[in-house]
Amino acid sequence: MQDVVLALLTKEPSHGYDLRQRLAAALGPLGEALNAGQIYVTLTRLEKAGLVVQEREDAPVRGPRRKVYALTAAGQERVAAWMAESAGPRADVAEFHLKLVAAAESGLADPLALVDARRRELMRSLAEAQRAALAHDTDSEAGLLLEGIALRLQADLRWLEACERAWSARAPRGEGEGNG
Amino acid sequence: MKRVVPRVMGRSSRSDTDGSPGWGPAAAAAGPALRAVGLTRTYGEDESLVWAVDGVDLDVPAGQTLAVTGPSGCGKSTLLQLLGGLDRPSEGEVWLGGRRIDHLGERALARLRRRSVGFVFQAHHLMHELSAAQNVELPALLAGASPRAARHRAAELLHQVGLAHRARHLPSELSGGQRQRVAIARALANDPLVVLADEPTGNLDSAATHDILRLFDELRAAGQTLVVVTHDERVAATADRVVSMRDGTLADDTRLDGNRGRRHGHGGTGLGGTGLGALLSWED
Repeated sequence: MQDVVLALLTKEPSHGYDLRQRLAAALGPLGEALNAGQIYVTLTRLEKAGLVVQEREDAPVRGPRRKVYALTAAGQERVAAWMAESAGPRADVAEFHLKLVAAAESGLADPLALVDARRRELMRSLAEAQRAALAHDTDSEAGLLLEGIALRLQADLRWLEACERAWSARAPRGEGEGNG
Repeated sequence: MKRVVPRVMGRSSRSDTDGSPGWGPAAAAAGPALRAVGLTRTYGEDESLVWAVDGVDLDVPAGQTLAVTGPSGCGKSTLLQLLGGLDRPSEGEVWLGGRRIDHLGERALARLRRRSVGFVFQAHHLMHELSAAQNVELPALLAGASPRAARHRAAELLHQVGLAHRARHLPSELSGGQRQRVAIARALANDPLVVLADEPTGNLDSAATHDILRLFDELRAAGQTLVVVTHDERVAATADRVVSMRDGTLADDTRLDGNRGRRHGHGGTGLGGTGLGALLSWED
């Protein structure tokens, strides 16, 4: 959550309400679980940690005044590190999805490059799972577990295919071009 | 169907007539078992021109198992057919065992396919009226082996694929997985330089797929060069290397063999640490 919020602040300083709207748009029905106050709690924590700083207060024509937050240098560093780090074998779908959204919004990374890297990572895990599965009988206990792991990795890989299609269709620039 | 390819008849390529000694897996040591250079296959013409395969460069070293994946229509099956001499490129070259094959004449190409390429398809394409053993004997007989030698080889291969006890059965008396194993035995009948498989597990359930993958793994361990076209990530994951195709081109090329040995050396090594073990968290 912290990383995602930081990433959403990369493009420009913003306030909690806007961040929540953008998260809700990216998450769809999954975002309904997102507590209204959660963004503000996260922002407060990030501020305490020195990763964001309250830049100013906006006074909209109607409604309450809004605190506008901006990334600090430390915050920028942390976002860059989050973008670069591999998701790991247990990363869930929503987390990686938000990373792609944040990458595209912030321009910090090319979503397609993240998809490629993730595919290789998952493919290597799947290779390992499959090799182990071939060494076990399908109906042994270990074999059964390995089958479950392989099926789950396969599902993740198929979803990445969909990500690749969607993000290549949205890519604002020529295909295949990195955007470091 | 008219071919777009300007065909150069293979008059100049000498001695496709039998027994040129350089053939067989040994010849592959010199270079890649398979090589594609600027390989292109188009269908149709003018505005309806479709680029099924679009400038593919690919080297498959001898002994490598390669998986070709990609969404349907990406050109992976066409690529396989070009590599195996079942189809002719519109442009580019195909080299098999150090020899260019895309401009060979029909007869020379047919002979070469028979001797040097083993095909496995999604539908097993076995002859319904012949027993498993007879199906496996067939390619050897067509290649000029004596009936005795062909029979001997077939028995050996059926044993290898675990179907010695089904040798006399007709394909209709075998399960889908068993039929596919017979088809693999048949593909191996002439000790091909490469085995090319197109969706070999496409019609199989997970247990039968497991058997086929084990068989491929044994072939891999024995140093057989193998190219498998598949849309199944689990099948692709058992290869040494995976290339993904998009719109007729190679989009990605990933090595999976890491520190894997030639022999079945994965008894427990590498499964902890950064590998599968990382899927579990032991914190409580």
